Amino acid sequence: MQRRFVSIWFRQLLADWQLIRRPELCEVPFVFAAPDHGRMMITAVSPLAAEFGVEPGMRAADAKAICPGLEVLDDKPSRPRNLLRGLGEWCVRYSPIVAIDEFDMDGLLLDISGCAHLWGGEREYLKEIVSRLKSKGYTVRVAIADTPGAAWAVSHFGKITPLIPAGGHREALLSLAPEALRLDAVILAKLRKLGFYQIKSFIGMPRSVLRRRFGEEFLLRLAQALGTEEEILVPLQVPVPFQERLSCLEPIKTRTGIEIAITKMLESLCKRMQTEGKGLRTGVLTGYRIDGKVVQVAIGTSGATHNVSHLFKLFQLKIDQIKPALGIELFVIDAPKVDDVEVPQEEMWTAKPGLDDQSVIRFLDRVAGKVGAEMIHRYLPATRYWPERAVLRAGSITEKPASDWRVEKPRPTELLKRPAPIEVMALIPDHPPKFFIYKGHRHQVIKADGPERIEREWWLDTGEHRDYYQVEDDQGRRYWLFRSGHYGGDQKFQWFIHGFFA
Amino acid sequence: MNANKELIHKLKQDILLWQGFKPHAAGKAEYVGLGEIEQAFPGGVFPKRAIHEFIAILPEDSAASDGFIAGLLAILMQDGAACVWVSTSRRLFPASLSMFNVEPERIIFIDVKTEKDVLWITEEALKCEGLAAVVAEVNNLSLIESRRLQLAVEESGVTGFILRKDASKAASTVATARWRISPLPSENEGGMPGLGFPRWQVDLLKVRNGNPGSWVMEWAGESFEEVKKVAERLGWSEREDRQIG
Repeated sequence: MQRRFVSIWFRQLLADWQLIRRPELCEVPFVFAAPDHGRMMITAVSPLAAEFGVEPGMRAADAKAICPGLEVLDDKPSRPRNLLRGLGEWCVRYSPIVAIDEFDMDGLLLDISGCAHLWGGEREYLKEIVSRLKSKGYTVRVAIADTPGAAWAVSHFGKITPLIPAGGHREALLSLAPEALRLDAVILAKLRKLGFYQIKSFIGMPRSVLRRRFGEEFLLRLAQALGTEEEILVPLQVPVPFQERLSCLEPIKTRTGIEIAITKMLESLCKRMQTEGKGLRTGVLTGYRIDGKVVQVAIGTSGATHNVSHLFKLFQLKIDQIKPALGIELFVIDAPKVDDVEVPQEEMWTAKPGLDDQSVIRFLDRVAGKVGAEMIHRYLPATRYWPERAVLRAGSITEKPASDWRVEKPRPTELLKRPAPIEVMALIPDHPPKFFIYKGHRHQVIKADGPERIEREWWLDTGEHRDYYQVEDDQGRRYWLFRSGHYGGDQKFQWFIHGFFA
Repeated sequence: MNANKELIHKLKQDILLWQGFKPHAAGKAEYVGLGEIEQAFPGGVFPKRAIHEFIAILPEDSAASDGFIAGLLAILMQDGAACVWVSTSRRLFPASLSMFNVEPERIIFIDVKTEKDVLWITEEALKCEGLAAVVAEVNNLSLIESRRLQLAVEESGVTGFILRKDASKAASTVATARWRISPLPSENEGGMPGLGFPRWQVDLLKVRNGNPGSWVMEWAGESFEEVKKVAERLGWSEREDRQIG
């Protein structure tokens, strides 16, 4: 398809914006100024101030001298971008791909391939854009051409017509000044010095000559304007391939209403995903409220799925977080992350139950949506003796243990997160305690096994080794005790309780 | 005489049916390896579609209950199904489960902050047919909450184990069975020194349509074993020497 681009140049972006906000300023010359090296430099000028000869780049103090009664307003560096972002989002009505002109930060570039006929032709299309923006209060120059570069050039410097027919952009560029190519000030000065006042005076020169004189960037800009080099526009809104919208005649503010909306959207979304063999991994539900606010909830799944009832259940858990206030008039469900889904062969073989059972995965998705995925743990054996590090967290639900679980040494059924210090009476050198006192209760030890010495992992932390004893008291209760360190000498030792046996 | 017995047996079966207890299809009765204890349940079968409640107030009791439940899980998870363990303050050491023939990696631990979340997750898990069992550690369980869990279980057939740390309102739940497992002194064969297999006093405090009772059980390495003859315990003062391994 023939690609066509529109460039919209807001000639006085900041001034127009200020006049829309404060109409009383239309009689007063005003400028925007920002501090730079300790002085106020003018960044944007109103049309009235421009008549006095005030220009961007002047000092605010000088401008005040030329133009009495000049109002100086503070400028913020991020302001033009924010304004253009808002205008660009409004321009999505004309084309899905709208980009900010990054060169001057005062215009928009639209990829309108296949859009103009909806307005009855390119002339009507441009007229619509200009008049709509004008009615809002923005003065714009627009141009339409085969490349973003040519459209930009004609919108800024064109004198004859903004409508460059397909294939005519080279012709249109010839008579324009080199500034129309979006070049650096240094390159422009060089061109002017050499007497190139129009593009046609150097367009036919060999590339090697031009590269030697003006550098690679010059050639790139020239190629972009001519269309030999593709210019990639970064769209403001990245289109999501899987999206469903539902606009409501009446604003929705009840739980039932929201549930119906979600089901409807999910049904058509899942049907589309099913035909393309995709499944949802993350989903975002956006509600546009009539008071202009936007409410959003997100879900995630542990495996790609296009099951309506499962996805609905995940969203259902989040409905409490949606505050409809006066009502929601538009629902949008995006699926920013989708994966290929493996369609299981149903009912053919009775599935073996296990961790990857579909119902288990769905249950875990719901739990993750309610309390967070970080609350779900699964453990695998670690090849380590130190009890606190004997198990490691599994990364995913399907991860298999790399080694066997060790059973040759007794391990307590319940392990204290931190060993608790106890008082004991024990014979030296390595007899188990005769009795120990834990939480103010005295336990007489009847039977014992041990010691099992577990050395500290010195490459991870420092400290004493542990001598573990498995003991049973006179009530038949079984405990796991240990002594940290050796007896005697200058080293410290202390007894601890670390767990309970079944 | 024989006819009378048969008649009484038939009437008993009828009463069970009227009370809403569905008997297992013939030949489908599965044993969980509890031996004689299973005779305490209606029809002599350990109820799998049910909530089993374990009262464990002391940490030692809760460790014993963990062990007993793990022994049951070993049978329930035989077909490769997973189990969910929900708790707010879990102390269970996953590595120890392999002693009870349970593969710890097939247990999904969900550690949440509030008791409310535990109950919500337990109910959801009990509705999930792909699971073998659900273990929930709670402090308190009201009648309504336990009824909800029971309804979920009847639907899906997942076995539910509730570990209760608070006994004050013990009578107010609708659990099918209420257990209390407390540790007993272990014994080694031939009076060898050291600790023997874990041994418990198993009290079945309440069974719906069954007969409560008390047993002494041991986890004999591979399976449960009932201990019929408990050796006479000597008081501390009567012992000549302590057994030290």
